[in-house]
Parts: sequence; C-alpha cells; structure tokens
Amino acid sequence: MYQYDNYDQKIVDDRVEQFRDQTRRYLAGELSEAEFRPLRLMNGLYIQTHAPMLRVDIPYGLLSSKQLRMLAHISRKYDKNYGHISTRQNIQYNWPKLETVPDILADLASVQMHAIQSSGNCIRNITSDQFAGVAEDEVEDPRPYCEILRQWSTFHPEFAYLPRKFKFAVSGATHDRAAVQVHDIGLYLVRNDAGEVGFKVLVGGGLGRTPVIGKVIREFLEKKHMLSYMEAILRIYNRLGRRDNKYKARIKILVNATGIEKFTAMVEEEWSYIKGSVLLLDQKEIDRVRAQFAAPDYEENAGADTSFAEHQSSNPAFATWVGRNVVSHKVDGYRAVVVSLKAPTIAPGDVTDVQMDHLADLIDKYSFGEIVTTHDQNFIMPHVKQADLFSLWEGLVAQGLATPNIGLLTDMICCPGLDFCSLANAGSIPIAKQINEKFNDMDYLYDIGDIKIKMSGCMNACGHHHVGHIGILGVDKKGVEFYQLTLGGSSENDAVLGDRLGPAIEKEKVADTIGLLLDVYVEHRQEQESFLDTYRRLGIDPYKQRVYPKKHSEKKVTASAAY
Amino acid sequence: MQLIKDQKIIEDNWQRITEIATDASLPTGDVIVPFAYWLENREALSSREGRLGVCIDGDNDIQEVVKDIKHFYLIALDFPAFADGRSYTHARLLRDRYNFEGELRAVGDVLRDQLFFMQRCGINSFQLREDKDMQDALNAFTELSVKYQTAADGAEPIYKYR
Repeated sequence: MYQYDNYDQKIVDDRVEQFRDQTRRYLAGELSEAEFRPLRLMNGLYIQTHAPMLRVDIPYGLLSSKQLRMLAHISRKYDKNYGHISTRQNIQYNWPKLETVPDILADLASVQMHAIQSSGNCIRNITSDQFAGVAEDEVEDPRPYCEILRQWSTFHPEFAYLPRKFKFAVSGATHDRAAVQVHDIGLYLVRNDAGEVGFKVLVGGGLGRTPVIGKVIREFLEKKHMLSYMEAILRIYNRLGRRDNKYKARIKILVNATGIEKFTAMVEEEWSYIKGSVLLLDQKEIDRVRAQFAAPDYEENAGADTSFAEHQSSNPAFATWVGRNVVSHKVDGYRAVVVSLKAPTIAPGDVTDVQMDHLADLIDKYSFGEIVTTHDQNFIMPHVKQADLFSLWEGLVAQGLATPNIGLLTDMICCPGLDFCSLANAGSIPIAKQINEKFNDMDYLYDIGDIKIKMSGCMNACGHHHVGHIGILGVDKKGVEFYQLTLGGSSENDAVLGDRLGPAIEKEKVADTIGLLLDVYVEHRQEQESFLDTYRRLGIDPYKQRVYPKKHSEKKVTASAAY
Repeated sequence: MQLIKDQKIIEDNWQRITEIATDASLPTGDVIVPFAYWLENREALSSREGRLGVCIDGDNDIQEVVKDIKHFYLIALDFPAFADGRSYTHARLLRDRYNFEGELRAVGDVLRDQLFFMQRCGINSFQLREDKDMQDALNAFTELSVKYQTAADGAEPIYKYR
C-alpha cells in the first residue's frame, strides 16, 4: 500500500500543529464559533448531539494492521472503545473531547493518517471499490489514481471553499461496487478501442435532498489529463455553483440547471486552457504510485490446498460462512473475506477496540497486514490463502465477526441517526435493531437471498436510502418518527433511484412492513430471481396494495371517478 | 492605514470607495472603486491623477473585468463572507490566464485562516478584518510548508521533486 514519503508526512505533521493552534485560538475566544466551524469541519470535527464527532479519513478504505491498531488505541484513549465505519469508508468517533482532537490527529499522523477534508465544503475522502487490486473483473487497480487525486485535492487552495461538499469515487472494475454514479464526480477506468486504459468521467451525481444519477461528461479521458480535467470541472463549479441556498449548492443542481451539454462545453473550454499546463500528469508519477500498490508475494501453489474443501464438507457452519462472506480472488488459491460488522446485536458498522486489535492480528497472520473498509460498512481482508480460511474463520467467530449475512437482509447500511447525529430527524439504529429482531431466522434470510436495505435518519441520505433495494428514510412528523420506504433503487452499474412506496409508516411497523414486501417477492419470484429483479418485473403496484390495501383501492376509485 | 502585503505589515494609502453619490467627486490620491463605477465613469477615471484600482466580487464576470485590465493598477477581491470561495478562482484566472501583474488585494471578511489559500491563488495583499490581529495573521503563510499541487504561486506539483 502507499507509504508516505517525507513530503506526505510533513503535510500531516504541519496540519496537526495548525489545527492545534486553531483549537487553542477558539478556546481562547480569538476565533468565533462561526469562524472555527469550517476549520474544524475541514478536519472532520462536528459538534453533535452528545459530544463532538470526529471523522477520520481512510483513503479508498485501505488500512494496515498498524493503522488499525492505532484506530483501536484512539477509541480506547479518547473515546468509548468503539468506532463506526461510515458509507464513505471512513471511521467516526462519537465521543471525543474537543480539547483532545489535536492529540488524536498527532496519533493519526504517526501512522500516516489524518482527518483532512473529511468534512466541510471541499473535496472529501476519495472512495473506491473495496475489492480494488484483487477483483477478477478489474480493468486496472483504481487506488493509485485515488491516491494521486488525494494528494492533488489536499489543501487545494482554489477549492478550499466550494459552494458545498464534493465527493469522488473511482472504480476500476466492470462491476461497480463503489456507487460511482451517485458521486459529484465518478470515474470508471475503462479500455478504449485502441486498447488504452483511461477514464470514463461522470459528473453531477449525488444523493441527499435531491438525488441524481451522474451524467457522462467524457467517454474517455487519458490518464495524463486526469488532474487538469478535474480542475476544469471544479473551477466551473466553484465559479457558478449556487451559494445562496445550501440545499441547492451541490454540483448536481448546477449540472441540471445548466444542462449537461452546455456544462460539458464549459468544462471542455476551461480544460482547453489548462490541459497542457503543469497539471499534465507525468507517467513517472503514475508509475511511482502504482508501484506502491504492487501485489503482495502470493504463494504460487496456494490453489493446491485440499484442506479448505475438507473443512467445508465437514463443518456446515464454516461452509455457510464461506458461501456468504468469502469472495473470489484474481489469484488462484486466494480469497477475499468480508468481515461482517452486522451482527444482530450491534449497531451496523460499529467495531470495538478489542475487535480492531484482534482484526489487526488476524490480517498480520492471514492477509499480508491489509484490511479495507467498505461503503456498506464492513471490512474486507483482501488476500487470504484458502488454506488459512478455516483458522481465520475460527478467529473471527471468537470476536463475533463471522455473521454469515453478507448481502443478506441484515447486512444493512445504516447511518448513526437520531441517537448521535444532530442533523437526523429519526432514529436508524433502533430500526436496524427492530429488523434484526424480526428477521432472526437465518434460513428465511437465505431464502430471501441478495437484498440491500439502506437506511438514513434524514434526507441528507448518509445511509444511501435512495439506492437501496428497500430504502428507509426517517422523517419527523410533528415530533414523531415516521419512515418513508422506497423500492427498487440500485447504486451499481444499473444505478437507479428507488420509487416511493407510499405515505410514511409508523416506527413500530417498519420491520413488519418489510415482511409484507418480502411476502410479495416470495409469492411472485420466478426461480432464481432476486428481490430487485422481481420488483423490476412487477412494478410497484403489488407492493403498494399489500402495504396500503385500503388506501390503494380508494385511490383507484378516485382516479376512475375523475375520468 | 495598515495592511499585509507580500507577507509584511505595511502602511497603505489606497482609499477604497464603496459608495459614491452621483454628483460627488473622488478624493485625490490612489483609489479603489467598484467595478460598476469604473464602467460608468471610465473617461473621468482614466484622466484623473493617482493610481486606479477596482473592486470585484464573486458575482462579477471575470471576462468583463479583463477587457479593461490594462487600466487597473490594483484589483481588490471582495469576500462578502470568508466562506465564499469564488474569488479564489477569480484570482487564479487573473494571474494564470490574464497575466495580471498588479496588486491583488483581498478585502471584506478576510481572516487569518484563509490567507494561505488566498496567497496560493495569487492574492498578495490582505486587508484583514478590523477586529483581527495582523501580527498573528502573518503566521498563516508558513503553517503548511509543503504544497501538493500547483497554483498561482508558481509551485510545481510536489511529485516533480520526488
């Protein structure tokens, strides 16, 4: 993985001292709350319901065992012994004291980590495919480009005060696992007709209050132009993005208001001025960064192992876990392992200090010391030899990290919600609990199969509810929590926003309502058809009828009466 | 009046005129007038003694401003709120694309913690908000010693040195 050189290290070290001084000036009254706010946000520090919340960047989700141990240490020393993996592959601490944040940043800097631009109206942590580097369907490893973009965007002076936050995702695979199309800028590594690898560039996607699927602004961009093209897009946005209304300030609003053709023309014109400048990316630098993501020393004959098959046939629980949580790998004899942070009794995405230390030991032993956070709030161990899977599984079971539910109904995305977040209108974690309590029969979950439930406690959509097969949005109705359901969303190659099912439902009925939706699926599915495919074939009506039988028939009567 | 220019605190004699009655005359000496005022009074302004600066903000179209750029000794960039980053792009375009070599001055809600970014975008003088300590603000320029990317300060991408 990427190792900091002296320059990289100096930047994070300088940042620690800069933020220490900013915190000191704030506490001394030299900086007002309004003045300090964007400074702390640009360092991932929010003031939340109970305490500050610190969001630490995990660039493209990749961590070493040393870094993971430091994250555990931070949760122990400054927080309440756990962290929360976010949908941007970052980790969040919910209970640090403001005064201790500079010390936390110093601890992070000691392991080549930081919280720079993990919030604020600037370019945020750049996310990617959690299987980057090991996926079988990869055109090229996206992480070197994420790292080059990370460096370019870090303290970029022109884009430090954008109209609103700005999110990048980069995928190098044919199967989009990085929700690329719902980012302000989405990049796919693609091969053109001449066989060269470059980028397909999307712009103006995003969730939040106004969910939009990104639009293609360029079918093929040569790698050497990556930074100049990004700079051109950001420059147009910085000049013209709305600043009068923060709810209309994201680039998606500008792109929609301008029209993608005109917006593209503006970007291309701007780019024509700067594409030949010093922004032209040296192949030497691409090669330098790529070399840092070289594959580890895989064993050549790892595929010859027979113990893996034997363990599967003799241990059904292990076989079940392999079936759900183990993923194929580009190297014969290796697998990628998904570590479930969705045990039924914990808040989705939470991980304790003890678990983090334990995982650090396991990846040192079994995954070349690397682990990856995922946007659906789990971990990946990217390089596990098949012969080691059984021992690894036993190690994970010991810490409650082997729930065999990846991709199933209980592998939910869930934001912190009203329990922690000051933006939230409703709870998310209690709904996750309700769902886990109702759907506690593993056989049923396996029968339902692949389904993505995504849940946000407010319309800011941190839980990506618009792109869940079932989306759940918490809303506040006169001080009471209600939940708006959507169906049929997807963040993958076929990205689409979910359709609204009907009026929001009461808190107590969320899990039961999901049960009704699943009944419709079970009754209508054909052979191996997934929940999403069945929905696409049937449309929303049968689901509406089941959930709102009375209202639905009344509505039909009214509609026909109107004719 | 004092301000920060080229990372030093200096005495400055420019007079910034933010509002002027139609029949009033400008003071003598170096003046900064709103860009709109320049458009309406270009002949009078061109023939008067003293140096001329104009003040623009994020709403101004930089293409319009550069048409007359040779008349301006100074361009002031007004930050109505420190979080309004549009003038960062104005500054970069004025320096990088239109080769403006005169003074670029940040005015308005100008605070210490944005000076580093402003300077990198090509702004070289800073009328700090009145309640802020200029001496303290000088520290802003040296807090971050490494710059990853190019900007109007002529910095090369750091990777070129690797």
